[in-house]
Amino acid sequence: MAKHHVSTTINGDPAEFLCDTQQTLLDCLRDELQMTGSKEGCASGDCGACSVMLNGRLVCACLVLGVEADGATIDTIEGVAQGDELHPLQKHFLDEAALQCGVCTPGFIVAAKALLEENPDPTETEVRYWLAGNLCRCTGYDKIIRAVMNAAAEMRGA
Amino acid sequence: MGNEENVGKIIDYSGRQFKQIGTRVVRPDGVEKVTGKANFGADFKANGMIYARTVRSPHAHAKIKKINVDKALKLKGVKAVVTGADFPEIDVNDKAVGEVVVSYYDMAHNTIARDKVYYDGHVVAAVAATSADIAEQAARLIEVEYEVLKPVMTAEAALKKNAPVLHKHLFTQGVEPKPDKPSNLAARSQFKLGDIEAGFGQADVVVERTYTTQTVHQGYIEPHACVASITADGMVNVWCSSQGQFMVRAYVAKICGIEISKVKVTPAEIGGGFGGKTVIYLEPLAVALAKKAGRPVKMVMTRDEVLRATGPTSGGSARVKLGAKRDGTIVAGDMELTYEAGAYPGSPVMLGCMTGFAPYDIKNINAVGWDVVVNRPKAAAYRAPGAPVAAFAVESAVDELAEQLGMDPLELRLKNAAVEGTQAPYGVKFGPIGYKETLEAAKNSPQWKAPLGPNQGRGIASGFWFNIGGTSSAEVMVNEDGTVIVATGNPDIGGSRASMALMAAEVLGIPYERIKPLVADTESVPYSMLTGGSRVTFATGKAVIEAAQDAVNDLRRRAAKIWDVDLEQVEWQDGQAVCIESDKHKPLTIANIAAKADKTGGAISGKANINATGAGPGFGTHICDVEVDPETGHVTVLRYTAIQDVGKAIHPSYVEGQLQGGAVQGIGWALNEEYVYSDDGRLLNTGFLDYRIPVASDLPMIDTVLVEVPNPGHPFGVRGVGETPIVPPLAAVANAVSHAIGKRCADLPLSPVRLLSIIDGK
Amino acid sequence: MSFGGNVSEIQFATPQTVKEAVKCLAGAKGRAKVLAGGTDLLVQLRAGMVRPALIVDIKHIPELSAVKREDGGFRVGAAVSGAELGANKAFRKAWPGVLEGLELIGSTQIQGRASLGGNLCNGSPAADSVPGLIAAGATCKIAGPKGTREAKVEDVVAGPGKTTLKPGEFVVSFFLPKRPKHAGDAYLRMIPRTEMDIAVVGAAVSLEFDAKGVCTDARVSLGAVAPKALLVKAAGKALVGSKLDDDALEAMAAACRAACNPIDDKRGTIEYRTKVAGVLAKRAARIALERAQA
Repeated sequence: MAKHHVSTTINGDPAEFLCDTQQTLLDCLRDELQMTGSKEGCASGDCGACSVMLNGRLVCACLVLGVEADGATIDTIEGVAQGDELHPLQKHFLDEAALQCGVCTPGFIVAAKALLEENPDPTETEVRYWLAGNLCRCTGYDKIIRAVMNAAAEMRGA
Repeated sequence: MGNEENVGKIIDYSGRQFKQIGTRVVRPDGVEKVTGKANFGADFKANGMIYARTVRSPHAHAKIKKINVDKALKLKGVKAVVTGADFPEIDVNDKAVGEVVVSYYDMAHNTIARDKVYYDGHVVAAVAATSADIAEQAARLIEVEYEVLKPVMTAEAALKKNAPVLHKHLFTQGVEPKPDKPSNLAARSQFKLGDIEAGFGQADVVVERTYTTQTVHQGYIEPHACVASITADGMVNVWCSSQGQFMVRAYVAKICGIEISKVKVTPAEIGGGFGGKTVIYLEPLAVALAKKAGRPVKMVMTRDEVLRATGPTSGGSARVKLGAKRDGTIVAGDMELTYEAGAYPGSPVMLGCMTGFAPYDIKNINAVGWDVVVNRPKAAAYRAPGAPVAAFAVESAVDELAEQLGMDPLELRLKNAAVEGTQAPYGVKFGPIGYKETLEAAKNSPQWKAPLGPNQGRGIASGFWFNIGGTSSAEVMVNEDGTVIVATGNPDIGGSRASMALMAAEVLGIPYERIKPLVADTESVPYSMLTGGSRVTFATGKAVIEAAQDAVNDLRRRAAKIWDVDLEQVEWQDGQAVCIESDKHKPLTIANIAAKADKTGGAISGKANINATGAGPGFGTHICDVEVDPETGHVTVLRYTAIQDVGKAIHPSYVEGQLQGGAVQGIGWALNEEYVYSDDGRLLNTGFLDYRIPVASDLPMIDTVLVEVPNPGHPFGVRGVGETPIVPPLAAVANAVSHAIGKRCADLPLSPVRLLSIIDGK
Repeated sequence: MSFGGNVSEIQFATPQTVKEAVKCLAGAKGRAKVLAGGTDLLVQLRAGMVRPALIVDIKHIPELSAVKREDGGFRVGAAVSGAELGANKAFRKAWPGVLEGLELIGSTQIQGRASLGGNLCNGSPAADSVPGLIAAGATCKIAGPKGTREAKVEDVVAGPGKTTLKPGEFVVSFFLPKRPKHAGDAYLRMIPRTEMDIAVVGAAVSLEFDAKGVCTDARVSLGAVAPKALLVKAAGKALVGSKLDDDALEAMAAACRAACNPIDDKRGTIEYRTKVAGVLAKRAARIALERAQA
């Protein structure tokens, strides 16, 4: 059985992998490329734990076929920090205790980063609706929303 | 349960000003978790690993007549198949009696069905193959012949005359005389105080109503996952996410028939549990497949499997009757709870009986609980198991009583609040507790005074949870440079590494950053009970404090040796050994002493193995404001405040997080979460699309107030905090909605469809 | 599934033109599935509900991924994602109700992928973008082995999970007509939460008015109250000639309720859906009126 040979750019670096048609981008990231920062919580696009950027757009990696990534640009949680320098969102998630178990955290950070790139000064309501596709069962979202708002303020230089 | 009369004290820290406890430090495992590097259950890989999938029953109740695995085994890439026949049979009476009764027979049969399946999603077989896709296709080739039986889907149906009986060996416990026929009624429990008849005789006002709730799931985001390998000489290794590596070890050993010393469990990070990972599902299957295939086997559940076959917690009904005098004194409380246990006995109904009336000083109480088996997945613990349903009923009844008496519901609670010395319904007399303080805090909260608009309502409700102690171990190891490793045996489910490090730092007197907390595998630290019962910061924390104290004593001994003075002359002050009688010896830091460890007797460490008693009970009070759309029945939560006596908040941010998370789980329970079954017993909402846990846009900020009434049973005053927060919200929400629409809402969830029918009077 | 052998393979194709896509679909050995945003197909694949022999990714075809002006209206590629269409300001101004429907499908993440074509062809009676398209009087261009054809959106879905597309056919694009001066549309849905749910009831209303504010054309469409999204002609009729006074709105709501033919299922009851269809239609009509007046 011939697998697809997929060439992509992930977090700025060229990456190649082989996959079957039915393997999702999430399967490929986790199983073929050993990038396990993106999590599978539902495999149906309902939890957002596998949030990644595909050609600059926020998507659930569980709803993209790996083979669709051929020629695409992908950004994942693994590329959010620059070396050992954390992104302001990551710092604020730590400072505001915006994670308990932490399994949803990578998805939230990728999704929130996409929001702040599009809207650097979101209202609380805008943050809540943008992140409605990221489920968290531990925190009740309160500290997550605060962390995103505070990171946004810091990034605006406010 | 917390034994308030046997308060253990270790060190007297009373009156002490904390230096690090109570600060909001960054958790030690935080960077790994915000960068995606932390390894959760599904993130582990072993060399040569293969993948397994399960075959699950589509029927709620059926006899297994035949399983044919031939076609699956012929598929290329398939390495092993197991069925119930591959596991040792366990005696039906083999039970562990501890905090809860664990039947190994039931657990084994729940892991993989033998002669019968008892719910939609019950595992019948498992297959391992070289890829997940091949395993999935192979699972579809396994042919199971069933004789479909009529399912019983609710307690009501299960208790009907001529209802199909699930288990032939199940005779109702707790009734006299012992029944001569098996039934679906697994057990009766009862708790009594005073004279219930006489109590109601004194009452001027009586309210009585039956309340119902549906099955709900813990809803952790991380599905169950594990990898198992077995060496040629029979040594088993399991890597998995759970609420207790020692729990997994014990259960795997039992179900697979292996000695404990041959099973090693390495805990992964855990992506939420809430009680749902205090039991095992996949691990024995993975071990059996690994043994057959001779290769490591990975199993990860789908969300569909999680909802169909793990968790959930019992749906149940509660009839509550309350009697009060005209002045508001509650004189009698009567409660009858009926909980659905799922496929095997063991709903948390007894805990419901014990907790429902606990916030109140009521002299005459009768609480009866019925545990009923039905063709749904076996209930697992869920955050304060049993308490939320009972509290929903009692706290709604208190609200209704306040209406009848023309009293403010908060004042009614204050008048009847349990205080130190109050006799709890389950027997003990409370020690120092902070329930009244939570009510006072509620009264002073901005929310309690905020104005309400049209179609809006405010609800208040309280809740109680015991919190537990139990067996915990800790080792404090001083490294050569004076940094410290604190090893414990409890998975960190919500920031406990930070708490352990803070408590050790406080005792050792060194900065938090110099301490590395470690969640150790089952061969690197002595046995600890699982992470549950709100016990880790209390019990394991107590062990850490004792171990740190032990290490301090070792450090003092070394300093005495270096100085050649008596041990009594060495005191430990702010992370340094100080010689109290002579100033010729400059104080020695932990680093100074550690550097000379080889000359003073080798490595420096402290340890503690304890069975912690003196857990302090937790009381909480929540306020919820809602707005109801009277034309659609849609509820919007406008404001929410959660208040709780937390004893002492070691890391206030994570304590607040427990209150907020528990409150929101309770809001979900009250508004939109429920298992929906077809008439023939198939679960219809097997994903997060239709099993509706709250999303960010559903909620306001959740305000918190931490009341700190120290628990004398813990050196720093800690009470467990994790479970209490899910007890009040069901009634807080329902009371708010009831006030908004002017009708009592006694059936959860208050989904738009149900609520509109209540509004329209149907 | 052949046993004693290998698992079956799923082929994957990325045609660059409509013609190539038609050829791919015609040449499939077994079942072929069209992939646009994948937000339904991938869920079905993972759940084992489908295992096609071939998946045809149509997103590489320029026509499927473009939004263009045509005859004063809009031609929207069937695979254009919600996020892309939402970024088109002219479209948002002309057809806010259509966009509302599309943008209500799933989360921000889903919006990065979900398309009008996919939402329509998945055949769900509760599809959020379909009532808005029907109310708008949208048509779609369908390509197949016998060439291309235009169809009204309301004629594409046959029932739950079923379309009137013939073997080898797929939707290429949607056409939304030019808007006159005083016109507005709106879509509302009822869900238990605030996001992430499937509509229990959906209602779209598209209105046109003359200079005096009298309604000259009204189209009302309901979702999730029948085996497929309905165009409720009587509801539209009840508004034409009125200024959307309370009586006219109530008459429209009554027509909506009368048109409902829902089921009891895990998401709602017949009674609930019927009542709330009227409520939402009224509310949507008021929003559409406001937009027409703006």
